[in-house]
Amino acid sequence: MRKSALILAIAPLVFAIASCSGDSGQTANTPGTPGSSPAAPATRNRWDSIKSRGQLSCGVSGEVPGFSFVGTDGKYSGIDVDICRAIAAALFDNPDAVEFRNLNSKERFTALQTGEVDVLSRNTTWTLSRDTSVGLEFAPVVFYDGQAIMVRKNSNIKSLADLKGKAICVQTGTTTEQNLADQMRKRSITYKPVVFEDVNVTFATYAEGRCDGITADRSALVSRGTILPKPEDNVILDEVISSEPLAPAVAKGDARWGDAVKWVVYSLVKAEELGINSQNVGQFAASNDPDIKRFLGTEGNLGEGLGLTNDFAARIIKHVGNYAEVYDRNLGPKTKLNLARGQNQLWSKGGLLYSPPFR
Amino acid sequence: MTNSKPLIWRDVRFWRIVLQLVAVFLAVIVVVILWGNLQRNLQQLGIQFGFDFLKQQASFDIGEALINYKPTDTYSHALWVGLINSLRVAVAGIFLTTIVGVGAGIARLSDNWLVRNITMVYVEIFRNTPLLLQLLFWYFAVFLSFPKTENKISLWGFIGVSQNGLELPWFTLSPEFSALLLGLTFYTGAFIAEIVRGGIQSVPKGQWEAARSLGLKPGLAMRLVIFPQALRVIIPPLTSQYLNLTKNTSLAIAIGYPDIYFVASTTFNQTGKAVEVILLIMLTYLTLSLTISVVMNLFNRSVQIKER
Repeated sequence: MRKSALILAIAPLVFAIASCSGDSGQTANTPGTPGSSPAAPATRNRWDSIKSRGQLSCGVSGEVPGFSFVGTDGKYSGIDVDICRAIAAALFDNPDAVEFRNLNSKERFTALQTGEVDVLSRNTTWTLSRDTSVGLEFAPVVFYDGQAIMVRKNSNIKSLADLKGKAICVQTGTTTEQNLADQMRKRSITYKPVVFEDVNVTFATYAEGRCDGITADRSALVSRGTILPKPEDNVILDEVISSEPLAPAVAKGDARWGDAVKWVVYSLVKAEELGINSQNVGQFAASNDPDIKRFLGTEGNLGEGLGLTNDFAARIIKHVGNYAEVYDRNLGPKTKLNLARGQNQLWSKGGLLYSPPFR
Repeated sequence: MTNSKPLIWRDVRFWRIVLQLVAVFLAVIVVVILWGNLQRNLQQLGIQFGFDFLKQQASFDIGEALINYKPTDTYSHALWVGLINSLRVAVAGIFLTTIVGVGAGIARLSDNWLVRNITMVYVEIFRNTPLLLQLLFWYFAVFLSFPKTENKISLWGFIGVSQNGLELPWFTLSPEFSALLLGLTFYTGAFIAEIVRGGIQSVPKGQWEAARSLGLKPGLAMRLVIFPQALRVIIPPLTSQYLNLTKNTSLAIAIGYPDIYFVASTTFNQTGKAVEVILLIMLTYLTLSLTISVVMNLFNRSVQIKER
């Protein structure tokens, strides 16, 4: 009776799978009640799963000096990296409790959607469609950028119009690619896009001379320009062809986690506004100013409302510093990039940075 | 015999049907589970599954297009441009690689020591290094190292070679296209060379001797007697190589040639429709592969020995 032995062996398997599918069918239906009501509040909580894991998983580029870059010592640095560290400092009081994941521009959104990374801090432009159809939830802007074009100094190209009929290197999957098409269409300039997936290949192809120009966010051009074979031979055209607000993002559907990331970014700005930095944060603990007391968590329970500790902002400043410190360390005058603060200055000093009240 | 009818579970036909049903059942369950999981995850992210995005404006430019294309066209039109670009490389690649492969395969059996060994070195190098590496080599080390357009190298007066690609009197091939085409041709050609060599060697030695004894010169003996017989052995694995070449065109993304995979990944990046776009890509390559298989199988049937 070998055959009946076979059926005996198969039967439990079939039942197991069948019952399993029943289960999954039920759970699939529970979040949204039948009908057209929107998805119910998500049941999952990312912060809980990060807590149990003991470290934050942060998606970065790893290819753009000043934003996220792996140095010769194997350490990550950059403003995007410091945002990850600030979040880890707020969560664990430890800025090193971060696992960095290098993601290219194509992988980044899927990695976030599928939960491969908890947060994406990877010079990503905040756009309407990404906010809606791609399923991202953006935190506040950490860097206001604009797209520009770099050309060779000896090329006689002085403006966008001179690029008529020329080849321009672009990276795919970026807003850059669309902005370029928009601008050229607007001015009816025909050009030849040479598009690559990999940022290194994009710049290498430009360096080899295949393209007459290369376009990217201004900051990225400055940053990658420093590692071109002959940085001094290239020049960035003055025309800025788009606005690129770069912001960290989390996956939609977990408002609590999104709020935590949002207020970590605000903490950096707020700290600069209040004049609190990594050196003097200890002295401010004794301050009598109620605004500062609430901010540092010596009074009230703002942090608990976020699911964090009340002193989360103090933790961030102690370990990572305020926005000015983060900026100066990665992009400021003492670095190779030497980018002026410009619009990335506090609102009170003529820039765009502003934090809603901590109350 | 009254009980000649066997018990049903002792009937092999019964078990064949049952096992088929079990297999179908399991497959359906797996699909249902995956589908439910997908729906649940997309719902949590607030993303709708659907192909409506294909009608939206693509708003990105494509460097090379054989049909008219503007950034104001739809994503589906952009995907067509990509598909045509893929087919262009695949068709040209299959044509050229057949010439290279058959040539090298025959040359490996040449009596001439130099020819034999040069082809051996070619086959071993190209067969044993990754295609991606070879494509990057062709692109960066070969095409981008050529001089600028102003001082292009002229071959036989009518082919211009420069960083701008191959300039033929009637059209220009971009360096991305040229690098991809040559990379695929020589890589696949190395495998085809081995297939052709195996095919020729499978023809019994007696056939050579018979052809010679009829007074045929070696070249004619190969063409009229040996090669047609070798084809029977060559065609099935050759089909696989054509399929590989077609699928490998997707590596175009590494060197900036806008094939279907490239355009599709830009599309999915901008729309966030990863699942839909991946399904489309799979369907496209499946269709291409099945088409090649069908055509090659028909060809195969025509060269097989017809037993009468």
